[in-house]
This record gives sequence, structure tokens and C-alpha cells, in this order.
Amino acid sequence: MAPRDNSIEAHGLVREFKKGPRAVDGIDLRVDAGEIFGFLGPNGAGKSTTVHMLTTLLPPTAGTATVGGYDVVKEGPQVRKTIGAALQEAALDPYLTGREHLRLQATMHGITGDERKRRSNELLTRVGLTEAADRKIRGYSGGMKRRLDLALALVHRPRILFLDEPTTGLDIQSRTALWEEVGRLAKEDGVTVFLTTQYLEEADVLADRVGIIDHGHIVADGTPEQLKAEVSRSTVEAVPADPQQKGAVAAVLERFGTPTAGFGPESVAVQLAANDGDLAQIVRALDADEVRISQLQIHEPTLDDVFLAKTGRHLEGAGDGEQQDEAAG
Amino acid sequence: MHAAALQATTLGRRAVVRTARQPANIVFPLIFPMLLFAVNSGGLRAETQLPGFPTDSFVAFAIAVPFIQGALLATVNANVEFARDIQTGFLNRLALTPVRGIVLLLGQLGGLLTIALVQAVFYLVVGVAFGVRLETGFAGALLLLVLEALIALAFASFGCWAALRTGSTEAVQGLFPVFFVFLFLSSMNIPRNLIETDWFRWVATINPVSYLIEAVRALVIYDWHWEPILLGFAVAIGMSLIGFVLATHALIQRMART
Repeated sequence: MAPRDNSIEAHGLVREFKKGPRAVDGIDLRVDAGEIFGFLGPNGAGKSTTVHMLTTLLPPTAGTATVGGYDVVKEGPQVRKTIGAALQEAALDPYLTGREHLRLQATMHGITGDERKRRSNELLTRVGLTEAADRKIRGYSGGMKRRLDLALALVHRPRILFLDEPTTGLDIQSRTALWEEVGRLAKEDGVTVFLTTQYLEEADVLADRVGIIDHGHIVADGTPEQLKAEVSRSTVEAVPADPQQKGAVAAVLERFGTPTAGFGPESVAVQLAANDGDLAQIVRALDADEVRISQLQIHEPTLDDVFLAKTGRHLEGAGDGEQQDEAAG
Repeated sequence: MHAAALQATTLGRRAVVRTARQPANIVFPLIFPMLLFAVNSGGLRAETQLPGFPTDSFVAFAIAVPFIQGALLATVNANVEFARDIQTGFLNRLALTPVRGIVLLLGQLGGLLTIALVQAVFYLVVGVAFGVRLETGFAGALLLLVLEALIALAFASFGCWAALRTGSTEAVQGLFPVFFVFLFLSSMNIPRNLIETDWFRWVATINPVSYLIEAVRALVIYDWHWEPILLGFAVAIGMSLIGFVLATHALIQRMART
């Protein structure tokens, strides 16, 4: 039996649906205690299906997984006591207030009386909903719903937290507030966080480690820095002042690296041969060849470059048309 | 209070609060059966002249129908909300807590029973205001409320089953006309022995809703005529048991947590 800790482990996890392809196709992963793990992938990649299996809501077709040291198939009730989860849909009752939701959730977890009241107030304060606590949910904004959803997931002081696309559809302010709270949970309370997202920035900013999933397979796993360093180097993008000179610009830039796609139609871009590429050298070379440019930018590698390198596609829009698989899960 | 009982009570309370905060879900089940009652009482009053009609008061004869309609309306409304819980993922939220499936079902049904009983008291008060006199007296009124609770439970458990089986609010709403067909093909407007059309009398005889109506009616118009009362209770209990087994099975499949 695995030790009872705050880790998450999966080996060869598979989920097949009757009329669809394998939504999750043999993934292996390990999330250490106190870590924020970002599970990044486009719509339909298998993120939510994985979360449903790890949170015991969906039995795996094959493979094994332990959460907090408990087997997700054989020890479902213990797993559920250990985890908190805010799933993709902020499933709230529009006719109940925030406080009533907390009361209901606490009671379902066996927390009653003064402790329930104390915990509800504490969480309302923590997520900044004290003033709105007695208002019905139908009047809440998307950000408020997400914050309440997070509070509900924390009612029973879980050691492991699953957040399935917690910031989808939120404005940048709400998103940043949620990031801060999640970061604090991991750092101050030692909660292990398994976070799915389709936002590169979210994974980059928040996650200690990132797993990238595509078509049910994990295609990359490591710290954001490791992943970026492994697959990608800085890219230089130049836009010629005269579109006729695009060829000349390309000829200069290709001395410094290999051409790369994915930028604007008027741009020429190369991935630098070395990470310590000097922009000044490139400017001098362009000047020497009398090529005039209107824009010159250096792009640091991103997780999208990692995704591109591993799958041949950019993350943005990669899941279009694949959402049905995810919905099935 | 025991944890499971407290959980069921909290879930039942939520069902009541949610209904209470949607005026349409309160007003319609109270008003619609009363309107139909008023129309039928006015239009079919002459039936009391038929030889063998069991009472001189058609109002007393007809008051049984709102009790059945009210239970149906409460059931459909509550189970539409239950199906919505499935669609929105609220059921998944509950499934992630240690709450047992059976507690969830009891909470849902408990809330619905409370609503049905409040409605039944309203129908009774309106009926009395319109001149209905219960031949079985106060004890009969109490037994009528118990019977109404069982009737609501019978319909509700089938509604829960439909909600859990399909997870679709549309499917549960679709039950409403089906239930109403059963109601109209029963002895709601005329005693079975006075139905002259053979096929209709046959359908009304095999239709369980007839026995529910006749039990309510017996408590109003007869002085403790036990046969229809016991038959009504037996049908309501039987339907409740079948519905509850089906709903429990559907719940186990729906909450396929490990």
C-alpha cells in the first residue's frame, strides 16, 4: 500500500467511452505533496476525464491511480475525504445564497453546529465574499461564482485540491485573484493542487510543474523552465518596412537560426541557433544589407512552443472540433 | 441528530427553499388545480342527478382531483430541478462528499413531500371554504394528508427515476402530459360504475390513478368506507416501492463513483 501522503500518482490510466475514442490513453503522472501541477491541453485533450477519474467520479477503464495514498478504485470514500474539487462547471444553485451553499456543503461533509458557522465565515472572508454571502447566486458574477466554488471545495480542509479550468471565462482581475489564492493554499497550507487549464500563462505563472496532454496522451512533463529549455530557443521576428524585401530579411535572419512559422503573414521569423543570440548583431546584419524593417522583436520560448514542438500545432485553437470527446467525459 | 438524518433534512430544506424562491413553482400548482376544480364543479354538477351517484354534492365529489393534480405538479417541478442538478453538475458536487446516495434520494423526496403537504392543506382549506364537508371528520382530514404524502411519494419516486435515468429536464417535463393522460383516463369525473363506455370503464379500472382518487374521495364523501381507502393506500404504497427501487437503481448508475 502506498504511504498516506498528499501525492497523486497514476500509471497507465485509460478511459474509453462507448461510442468514442480513448479520451485518456494510458497516462502516467506523479504530483508531489505541496506541489501545484498544471495539466495543460486544448479542449478535448482528456484533462477533465483525467480529473473525473482521479476524483473517483469516473472509474478508469484500465490502469491504476492513487490520490493521497488511496487507490481511486478500491478506496473511493477515503479519496473523497482527502480531496476537494472545483470542477469545470461551477455547479451552484442560483436560488441559494453563498452562505447557504457553504452550510449545505459543510453538512454533507459532517461539519455541523458552531464549527460549520465558523468555517463558513472563515472561507467567505478568505475568498472575499463576506458582503455578498447572503445574496442569491443568480446575482453573482462569474468571478464570484468561481471564488465560492473554491471555498466550497475547501470546506473540509482537504489535503489535495483539484481545480478543473478554474479561471475559464474570467476577466484578468478575477483570474489573478484566484491565482493568488491557489498559490497561497499550496505555499502556506501545503495543499497539493492539480490544476487543469488551457491557458498557457496560467500554467506558466502558477504551476511548479506542468504536464501537457494532447489526444489523451501526456506529451511533455516537467517544470515550465525545463520544458521550454528542452524544446525551444528564442525566436526573432522581423517585419520588413517594404513587403517586397521580405526575401532579403529572411536571407539575413537565416544566418542566425532556422525559419519558423506561426507569426503574421508579413513577418519573417527564425528560431535562434543559440539562446544567447544577440539582437544587436542581427540589427547590424540587416543594416549592412541595407534592409529596412518596421518591427523587430525577440520572443522568449513559451509553453506554446513546447506544445508546438511536441504536437506540431499551436495550443490555441488546437482543440476546436474536439470538444465532444471531453464533454463525454 | 444523526449525521445522515441531518444531511437528508438539509437536502430536503434546500428543495423546499429553492421552490419557495420561484413563485411560478408555488402559484401554478396551487391555482391550476383549483381552477379546474371550479370549472368541473360548475359544468358537471348535473351528474349528481344520475341514479347511483354517491353524493348530492359534486364539489365534495370533485375535490379529490386537485389532490392528485397537486401531487403531479409538485413532482414534475421538483424533479425538473433535480434533473437540472444533474445537468449543471450539482449532483457531482454532492457525489464528491461522503453523503450516501440513499440519503440524497431521501432528502430530495422529503423536500417534495413537504411541498405536496402544504399544497394539500391549501386544497383542503379552499374545499371547506366552498362548502365541502368531510364525512370522516378531523381524523379523516389527517388520514387524507397521510394518503396525499404517499401519493406524492409515488409520483415523485417515478419522477426521480426519470430525472436520474435521463439527466434531462425536458424528459422530466415530458412526464407531465403522460401523468395527465392517466388522470383523464381515470374515474376523476365520474364513478367507475357509472361509466357507460366499455373501453373507458375498462381503462379506468386498470388505471392505478382511479384508486388513488377513489381513496381520497371516500375520505370526503363516505363515513369511513374502508375498501376504497385501503385500496388507495395499497396502490400508493405499491407505486412508491416500485418507483423507489427504480430511482435507487438509477441513482447507483448515475453516481458511478468508485
